[in-house]
Amino acid sequence: MLQIRIHGRGGQGVVTAAEMLSSAAFEQGQHAQAFPSFGSERTGAPVVAFCRMDDHEIRLREPILAPDVLIVQDPTLLHQVDVFQGLKPDGYVLINTRRSFDELGLGDISQRFRHERLITVPATDIALKLLGRPLPNAVLLGGFAALSGLITLEAVEHAIRHKFSGKVAQANVAGANEAFAYVQKEMKELAHA
Amino acid sequence: MLKQVEGSAAVAEAVALARPEVICAYPISPQTHIVEGLGERVKDGSLKPCEFINVESEFAAMSVAIGSSAAGARTYTATASQGLLFMAEAVYNASGLGLPIVMTVANRAIGAPINIWNDHSDSMSQRDCGWLQLFAETNQEALDLHIQAFKIAEELSMPVMVCMDGFILTHAYERVDMPSQADVDAFLPPYEPRQVLDVNEPVSIGAMVGPEAFMEVRYLAHAKQTMALERIPQIAAEFKQRFGRNSGGLVRSYRCEDADTIVIALGSVLGTIKDVVDEMRATGEKIGVLGIQSFRPFPLGAVRTALEGARRVVVVEKSFSVGMGGVVATDVRMSLTGLHLHSYCVVAGLGGRSITKASLMRTFTEAIEGSLPLLSFMDLDWRIVNRQLEREATIRRSGPIAENLLRDVGAVASKVA
Repeated sequence: MLQIRIHGRGGQGVVTAAEMLSSAAFEQGQHAQAFPSFGSERTGAPVVAFCRMDDHEIRLREPILAPDVLIVQDPTLLHQVDVFQGLKPDGYVLINTRRSFDELGLGDISQRFRHERLITVPATDIALKLLGRPLPNAVLLGGFAALSGLITLEAVEHAIRHKFSGKVAQANVAGANEAFAYVQKEMKELAHA
Repeated sequence: MLKQVEGSAAVAEAVALARPEVICAYPISPQTHIVEGLGERVKDGSLKPCEFINVESEFAAMSVAIGSSAAGARTYTATASQGLLFMAEAVYNASGLGLPIVMTVANRAIGAPINIWNDHSDSMSQRDCGWLQLFAETNQEALDLHIQAFKIAEELSMPVMVCMDGFILTHAYERVDMPSQADVDAFLPPYEPRQVLDVNEPVSIGAMVGPEAFMEVRYLAHAKQTMALERIPQIAAEFKQRFGRNSGGLVRSYRCEDADTIVIALGSVLGTIKDVVDEMRATGEKIGVLGIQSFRPFPLGAVRTALEGARRVVVVEKSFSVGMGGVVATDVRMSLTGLHLHSYCVVAGLGGRSITKASLMRTFTEAIEGSLPLLSFMDLDWRIVNRQLEREATIRRSGPIAENLLRDVGAVASKVA
């Protein structure tokens, strides 16, 4: 079972990201479960959402305490929330920022985890450019597809088109593609580093 | 057809497939997306003939449901938490009058302290209201139970509550198999009321009944629920025949054959418990779990049969009768009369507290070792409990409890889960 935890702030589409991930997994023929950490969410407040994927029926309903994947939609959370809590030793991390792990002061994280699985991508910049709004959620899913290979870019595109329509879908699909290409390039550089 | 959808959306679609003629609901919190989804279908004409009535309160919602059901319309509403309490008087009237209304309760806690999260306090507060209460384990079962509920309700002329865990199910996206309209139509015949307000054949409904017949009317309600103990499994079997799925029924056991330890629970926590059972079975522990799908009527016989060979039973429940203990455990103990086995009640998950595999495994292990108290509260934070007790013992004006405990807990925004 693959367990993904998404951290962000109210208004950034954290819950929608988990929903789209689950529908991408469904698209690939897998069982998937997505749910938010429930609370009286307010714009800007820390929000967590979860997604599980498996080849079998998923019965477990506890929150994801030991994720295989972390997606951080807002790097300012790093000062407020212990987002890395429970992360599996071979886990993947994708952070929405222009800066690198070292520049974020996350050098110790790079030491503790597999550095080739730790990637940052400027998803908000990409969203602003293509969507005109600072909504990084769908863009990051493209990055996640490139980082992990656990879901395909096609499945992500399908999930985006299932959730949104028209121009919004178009722009998000373009954003996911740009993040996919960006992360692929970053990973090549990391592999040579 | 397989779909990846939110629980509330799945239930809205299933309710629409049951062709309700009147849907009345108070749309403001506590409410789910279910009635929103139904409202959209009525507005865009995909669900017709159906009238969606936006009412001014939950009390009005149930009152309108009583009126429309008495007028012969298949009637649906949904609520949760404080909303269910606010409609309570009318809830009793609906069952007392024998009107086959179907209502979703998206289970949530009851305040004070105010809390919007999941537990079973709301529907358990209406345990004795005369409605049938069916509990869903998954979103698939939630949608299946709604289709079955209309059939059960209308056959017996009794209202049915379909209870599904608020947030944990209603807000979860998972795979469901949505039945076709043709199959639902074949399973669920049009509503044929036993009593109806008809201008051509006038009757009155809702007579005042004195001591001469009140007990008999009440007894008949009980007799009907007793009959439901037979009809519920039959309808589940008919459902399985047409749709190919095990949904509903009275109880459902998992790895209970030869089990020394049987866990009993209701609702979505059964999934997590099954995972724990598998892990404990893998280490050689003889443990199984019995899910109760029908809480009212309570299947005393089926529970007893399931427990007969066991040495101990652990009831894990998201409800709590203050001053007594577990609500479900009390009923389970009733079914044990004459059986010699240890019974433990574990209150868990109140007000949305996460129920984790680790805590369940620790609790079941303690039960097997014999160190679990007869009544326990899973993952209770004794630190803040004892601090408050000490405060009350030393200061007269110790202040409001909820505020004190929140101060003791500190900021929670930094917690991950």
